[in-house]
Amino acid sequence: MFEKALSGSRRYWTLVFILLALVGAGFFFYLRQLSDGLSITGMGRDVSWGFYISQFTFLVGVAASAVMVVLPYYLHDFRAFGKITILGEFLAISAVSMCVLFIFVDMGQPFRIFNVFLHPSPNSMMFWDTVVLIGYLLLNLFIGWATLGAERKGVAPPAWSRPLIYISIPWAVSIHTVTAFLYAGIPGRHLWLTAIMAARFLASAFASGPALLILLCMIVRRYTRFDPGREPIQALGKIVAYAMTINVFFIALEFFTAYYSGIPSHSHSLEYLFFGLEGHGSLAPFMWTSMGLAALALTLLINPSTRHNERWLATGAAAVFFSTWLDKGLGLVVGGFIPSPFESITEYSPTVPELMISLGVWAIGFLILTLLYKITVAVREEA
Amino acid sequence: MRDKIKILAGAAIFLAVALFPLWYVRTTGKASIVPEPRLVNAGKECVNAKEYMREYHMTMLNEWRDEVVREGRRSPIVIAGVEYQKSLSDACMKCHANKSDFCDVCHNYLGVSPTCWDCHNSPKEPKHEIR
Amino acid sequence: MKYDKNYELSRREFIRKAALLGLSVGGSKTLMEVVFGDDILAASTDENPATVRWAMVVDMTKCSRREDCSDCMAACHRTHNVPAISNRRHEIKWIWREPFVNAFPELKEGRLRKDLYGAGFIVLCNHCDNPPCVRVCPTRATWRRQDGIVMMDMHRCIGCRYCMAACPYGSRSFNWMDPRKILDEKAINQDYPTRTKGVVEKCDFCAERIDRGMLPVCVEACKEKALVFGNLSDAGSPVSGLLAGRFAIRRKPELGTRPEVYYIV
Ligand code: HEC
Ligand code: HEC
Ligand code: HEC
Repeated sequence: MFEKALSGSRRYWTLVFILLALVGAGFFFYLRQLSDGLSITGMGRDVSWGFYISQFTFLVGVAASAVMVVLPYYLHDFRAFGKITILGEFLAISAVSMCVLFIFVDMGQPFRIFNVFLHPSPNSMMFWDTVVLIGYLLLNLFIGWATLGAERKGVAPPAWSRPLIYISIPWAVSIHTVTAFLYAGIPGRHLWLTAIMAARFLASAFASGPALLILLCMIVRRYTRFDPGREPIQALGKIVAYAMTINVFFIALEFFTAYYSGIPSHSHSLEYLFFGLEGHGSLAPFMWTSMGLAALALTLLINPSTRHNERWLATGAAAVFFSTWLDKGLGLVVGGFIPSPFESITEYSPTVPELMISLGVWAIGFLILTLLYKITVAVREEA
Repeated sequence: MRDKIKILAGAAIFLAVALFPLWYVRTTGKASIVPEPRLVNAGKECVNAKEYMREYHMTMLNEWRDEVVREGRRSPIVIAGVEYQKSLSDACMKCHANKSDFCDVCHNYLGVSPTCWDCHNSPKEPKHEIR
Repeated sequence: MKYDKNYELSRREFIRKAALLGLSVGGSKTLMEVVFGDDILAASTDENPATVRWAMVVDMTKCSRREDCSDCMAACHRTHNVPAISNRRHEIKWIWREPFVNAFPELKEGRLRKDLYGAGFIVLCNHCDNPPCVRVCPTRATWRRQDGIVMMDMHRCIGCRYCMAACPYGSRSFNWMDPRKILDEKAINQDYPTRTKGVVEKCDFCAERIDRGMLPVCVEACKEKALVFGNLSDAGSPVSGLLAGRFAIRRKPELGTRPEVYYIV
């Protein structure tokens, strides 16, 4: 099937080469990071995780695109999703690949990565996160490839793919839960030390993953002869609307507990993120942008008349995507480190090499996505 | 398969080139450079027999490392009546102070570059050219 | 290859052994132990009093507190080849000074005794009895020894910095760059390795000296005798004696990490 990715229109190849160029640029900066160390990033002893881990955290959420189409289709027999389950699964593959790469580029000693498997440490949530992420990647690879292959031959998917599909549903929940546990079990980082962290991760994942999937479905429809149809896109819109509502509700819950309890350490990070603390507040504009986008998204998605209009739906989906990206892919991780354990404030901003490496990883992800979608579309166009 | 002969010929040439080191050593009887680690003032004995050292010094170093760092077993070892710490710099390099003439000669030949020296100190050596 | 009729047998033997191993693991270890790591569980129960439990008492009534006194820090950083990096973001510190209100931020509300404002407190790794850094490390590159020292294995560390996120005391430093670029080559202590870029490091109570019956180098260096080191499990040790008679506080005890560095204020 892979040969289908090797022939395509001029537009397809242009996209592939642009992505390859970005990958190359990112790789160039990564080589610099290898030789100079992580000092070329904006991280430091106070904010010791930055853009890379933020992107990782956000992208784990995007991988939820798969479960949100697989679950209704296979458990509730929601036929409309039949055409797009594969798109959701392939998006998950691309997102999880980026997650793995973001962890990798964040490591100080990348050549020692196998120590994670040579010295497995079940007490570490990082260990479990590696396990569930790699498992999820493999599950989606097998399922996606098997279903697409079967579709091409016009037969039913192989019997072994069924149990895998059922496993993949709780497994998807596990990747968000375990990733949330990375943060939620750490004493002394009050922004993270919240029992609803895993619930927040699930809500924002179920919003951001399907939101991106909506946009991708529209792009596929626009540029290829494969049409996912109006119904699944509308159904996804409803899912995003609910999930985003819950996500925003959860954020409000955090504010209530932090401020009403009046315990200073519990509100410090939120204070820093949204209002600035002791004159430092460089993330506040981003956080308010995130909130603004969330408000816009909710308005557009909850209101049936705008949601039914595909233009507005696309705007709403994009707003959800960028709102959660700012909130989770920037504020959540960095905010946890501010103020420091000494209650001093060191601000963080990514550097150009750091952004370029991140862009390179995103480009790899989109390259994987492009190739997989190209294959899918070619198979569908044949049918 | 009209190109059969071409393919076979190509494969043969590829193999001949790729396996050059093997048949060269076979036919001429020796490799072009053989490492000759030079012993300088090292005394008579190593931590273990020479053959053992040659083959297993990396395993032994890893064992020392784990004993010292992870288990806190830092009791010294005794060679020919002299005490040495289980340490790269405090044992190996005490006797094999000429790192570039000893350790490096073998390792360069084999193309291994132990990362130990990124952290572990090696004795200062007078600068001289690499043969 | 020749068919080996022992093959069948040896495979069965293997399976039997594997099953036995599985059983013994299942039998001897509870699920909790497997999940949380037996050493960590052992560390967090008080029923298992180790015969040696190293601890430090920082007697701030004796510490000179003068800005120009840096005997303990200088001795430590010299001995362990800790580079003096000027960029605050990339600093590496094993033992250093923090204002009281930063070292004990939860105590800064309200009125404090006057001399505590601005007073530089000596801070270092607390060698917790229940260390979060150890709990989160994905490779066991950091772990708690039986005698309570929280060790670092620089050979195994992959540089993920999860331990830095988990440490509520800011005690851990990461090598953002190659420290040898900053260290003065002539001043390097040949008896202790430097580090390389990409690993985490911190105070290890001078394990390399303690194991040879010596005191930590900072304790030795302090002229005011403000740093006291000893075995908490030994009622006759200097630390036990001090703590029995004086009121001492610890940093952020409410987090349940059970730090083992005490401060007499
Ligand atoms: C990241 C830095 C680093 C690297 C790389 C490194 N070590 Fe070490 N090594 C240390 C430190 C720090 C100690 C602890 C010294 C102590 O506690 O006395 C140590 C201790 C040891 C010890 C025991 C005591 C001593 O001082 O030698 C051995 C043996 C050892 N290392 C072997 C190795 C070997 C072999 C390699 C290469 C394969 C290596 N190390 C690479 C940092 C490093
Ligand atoms: C007491 C001094 C001494 C110490 C300590 C010592 N060596 Fe040696 N080493 C020797 C001597 C002498 C020989 C040659 C032995 C022989 O010829 O039988 C030797 C031989 C060797 C050889 C074999 C060289 C060859 O020509 O094949 C290796 C490899 C080696 N040492 C590595 C090490 C390493 C690694 C360490 C540290 C773990 C170490 N040695 C510590 C004295 C020492
Ligand atoms: C007789 C040749 C010889 C000498 C002399 C020698 N080595 Fe080695 N060394 C080897 C070989 C062979 C290997 C294994 C390479 C492999 O496994 O790929 C090796 C590997 C190592 C490794 C492991 C490297 C890795 O990447 O895992 C270390 C550490 C090491 N040597 C240290 C030393 C030190 C220190 C000395 C000097 C005291 C020394 N060696 C001298 C032949 C030698």
